[in-house]
Amino acid sequence: MYDVVIIGAGIVGGMTARALSKYNLSICILEKENDVAMGATKANSAIVHAGFDAKEGSLKAKLNVRGAEIMPTVCRELGVKYQNNGSLVVGFNEEDRAIINDLLLRGKANGVANMEILEKDALKRLEPGISDQAICALHAPTAAIICPYDLTVAAIGNAMDNGAQLKRNFEVCRIESTENGYNLFSQNDSVEARFVIGCAGVYSDAVGNMVGDTTCRVHPRKGEYILLDKECGTLVSHTIFQTPSKMGKGVLISPTVDGNLLLGPTSMDGEDKENKATTQEGFADIIAKAQKSIGSIPLGKTITSFCGLRAVGSTGDFIINSPQKGFINTAGIESPGLSASPAIAEYIVQMLKEQGLTLTENKNYDPIRTSSHAFREMSLEEKNKVIKEDPTYGRIICRCEGITEGEILDAIHRNPKARDLDGVKRRTRAQMGRCQGGFCSPYITELLARELNIPYESVTKFGRASVINMGKTKGGQEV
Amino acid sequence: MKDLVIIGGGPAGMSAAIAAYENGIQDILILERDEHLGGILQQCIHNGFGLHKFGEELTGPEYAWKYEKKVRELGIECKLNTMVLDLSDDKIITATNSEDGIFQIQAKAVILAMGCRERAKGALNIAGSRPAGIYSAGTAQKFVNMKGYLPGKNVVILGSGDIGLIMARRMTLEGAKVHVVCELMPYSGGLARNIEQCLNDFNIPLKLSHTVVETHGKDRLEGVTIAQVDEKRKPIAETREYIPCDTLLLSVGLIPENELSKSANVAICNTTNGAVVDQDRQTSITGIFACGNVLHVHDLVDFVSQEAEIAGKAAAEYIVGRQNENLKITVKTDGKIRYTVPQIITKKKDVTVYFRVSDVYKNVKINITDGNTTLLSKKRPKVAPGEMESITLKREQLENAKELYFSLEAM
Repeated sequence: MYDVVIIGAGIVGGMTARALSKYNLSICILEKENDVAMGATKANSAIVHAGFDAKEGSLKAKLNVRGAEIMPTVCRELGVKYQNNGSLVVGFNEEDRAIINDLLLRGKANGVANMEILEKDALKRLEPGISDQAICALHAPTAAIICPYDLTVAAIGNAMDNGAQLKRNFEVCRIESTENGYNLFSQNDSVEARFVIGCAGVYSDAVGNMVGDTTCRVHPRKGEYILLDKECGTLVSHTIFQTPSKMGKGVLISPTVDGNLLLGPTSMDGEDKENKATTQEGFADIIAKAQKSIGSIPLGKTITSFCGLRAVGSTGDFIINSPQKGFINTAGIESPGLSASPAIAEYIVQMLKEQGLTLTENKNYDPIRTSSHAFREMSLEEKNKVIKEDPTYGRIICRCEGITEGEILDAIHRNPKARDLDGVKRRTRAQMGRCQGGFCSPYITELLARELNIPYESVTKFGRASVINMGKTKGGQEV
Repeated sequence: MKDLVIIGGGPAGMSAAIAAYENGIQDILILERDEHLGGILQQCIHNGFGLHKFGEELTGPEYAWKYEKKVRELGIECKLNTMVLDLSDDKIITATNSEDGIFQIQAKAVILAMGCRERAKGALNIAGSRPAGIYSAGTAQKFVNMKGYLPGKNVVILGSGDIGLIMARRMTLEGAKVHVVCELMPYSGGLARNIEQCLNDFNIPLKLSHTVVETHGKDRLEGVTIAQVDEKRKPIAETREYIPCDTLLLSVGLIPENELSKSANVAICNTTNGAVVDQDRQTSITGIFACGNVLHVHDLVDFVSQEAEIAGKAAAEYIVGRQNENLKITVKTDGKIRYTVPQIITKKKDVTVYFRVSDVYKNVKINITDGNTTLLSKKRPKVAPGEMESITLKREQLENAKELYFSLEAM
């Protein structure tokens, strides 16, 4: 019997688990995939919005502004990169200007600090790469970029270091009320909990349904992205939005904290909650729109493209409710969900308290997690000291990103442990560079097999049936 | 301080080291990132190597061993499992390994021999899901030949570069079914002999002017959609065809790995993606030389070895202080000839110029002028991008040249 069970190891579940691990509670996170951060969390725009977008008075507005305010502290504690690069909403005509003026007013009402409207010359000075067609822009200096999966891995790792548990490949398919709380079942397992928090992204309506909430509706909205080589990472320094209009929201162009350039997303409503396929139409749409902001896009430098599914709620606002006592559900956590996530966690903790969960401080709680970039950011002398103690840090496995064996072993052994190639990738950046794992994936496969003590051919890309190899060669023996 | 540091212990690096040694330099260090010398040849267990160089058919490891043995006999120092992290334009090398940690070496001369990497799927913008089962052909070759594992059983190959063709045969021999090799261009980029021996001998169809437009499957690849492309290489919707498969191998081009060259401010040629070099394979930075696939992608390792010998000898001459003449002849091309190596000539001596054409041309003349007069004109029944060409210019022909112009003329 756990005090709290959290359904879903995305950014909302992760932040909530961490917030609860400050107290003397037994906590378990249930995740249907083989790793954390596998839903909308791993494929989004990776930005901390300033907070001018959401309607005044909405939960989105309130939690976005609060989330953005505490995010720097959260990132510092968790050793996650937070880059306060500021954002620009660029206008290309007088209609755009009118909308930008409205956004400025709304931002002020939401409590966003230091926003200003820049005219063409000032805009060009601040962001020389911007298209000559731009006439003005809303500058929000408090906006930032982060890495959403690094943040989630760190939040859950920190929660686990403070006592929380993580059960993977546990897909909740049925929930029963019991005398003291709830029984949650997967196909072949079950856990008991006094309190349950649903953080199930696109499936949060299904989870609500399991406890009788039939009002909650969530549908997936596809967002495709294109990621360019680090050579392009300095084409712009701010996150560049286009003015949202009747014609749509446009696409953003943003540097990433790792130095790449991100273009996207598209916006396509659908029904299939598993369909993360990219499309030719999507590529064309992103390219056409992105060109409007910065002129020519060096598409030859594309490293990869991907697609995420936003969990779009039926109310237009975040839905955080309690359909039954002891059960809190979060649904419709679309943009600005990432920005708001630490504030959503605070909000949930408050709700639990109001529902009678006793919160006594965990004396051993340590908010600090060693950064997954720690080795990379050391000085030469510090690195050599580490290598002397642990020679695996002297051996480079991923040549494109310069990732060592030691860093990969750390990802495999530290909470939450990486169990597959993609898990190693998200924790270390190995396989994320120019060659996309062409050289290093056979070595990482070897390390995973050795460290997890599983056969080489059982190593997967992301769990389930995603095996890398389908068997041995004829009489295959490793040399 | 080292006289000569060679970055990369594949065929180019080893051959350059031996040439430098034989030209009087003994203080040589080879830095190799893998645990063995030999580079990619280690995983190329098929034969066909060495016909030009040794007049016999060798496998990749056999070819590499001929050089490795020599390197060992000469006592040339090698650091294995050692990755070079940085190279500066004043020839300070920063590298790392488990024994020495991160260390720096000042070299009098450097030879770049880092080889190339395969172009990855991302650059192709193929639509669809991203399941397991999509690999570059070289990665699959590593799994099969080095690790002893079979990455898949029902295979589609995109790209008819040599590694793709070799892997079509290799996967077939291992019991996999290779359904088709698709090639975007109307001709194959691979060697004619590989089309014959790797596809035709095994009845594997080659579909020219075809590409993969979409990948399908959730966990493991379940199929691909292929389509024919028009003259502008755009897929034709009506020709879309679904092929069930669990594996897609990509052989869609090789890219010289010049990150270190760029960190040393070596000028890079936009066409080859390798350094701009003179006849000695010296780059724009004096004392830094380049050879092998890091300079431009070769068809045969035999030519890599030849080129590395030039670089090794020239580096040795540079170290003992033999300077270039005050000469600069630029080699230009007409576009039908896509590029030449070298791109500049700084010494009056016999020079062999290597080049590739940009398309398949039949019955052509290759003309070389010095701006005014035609120096040379050679007939060729057929030239193709997949086969590197070479022409040797005599010292006397360079006597009055200010620039050289290479062009193709239809006959």
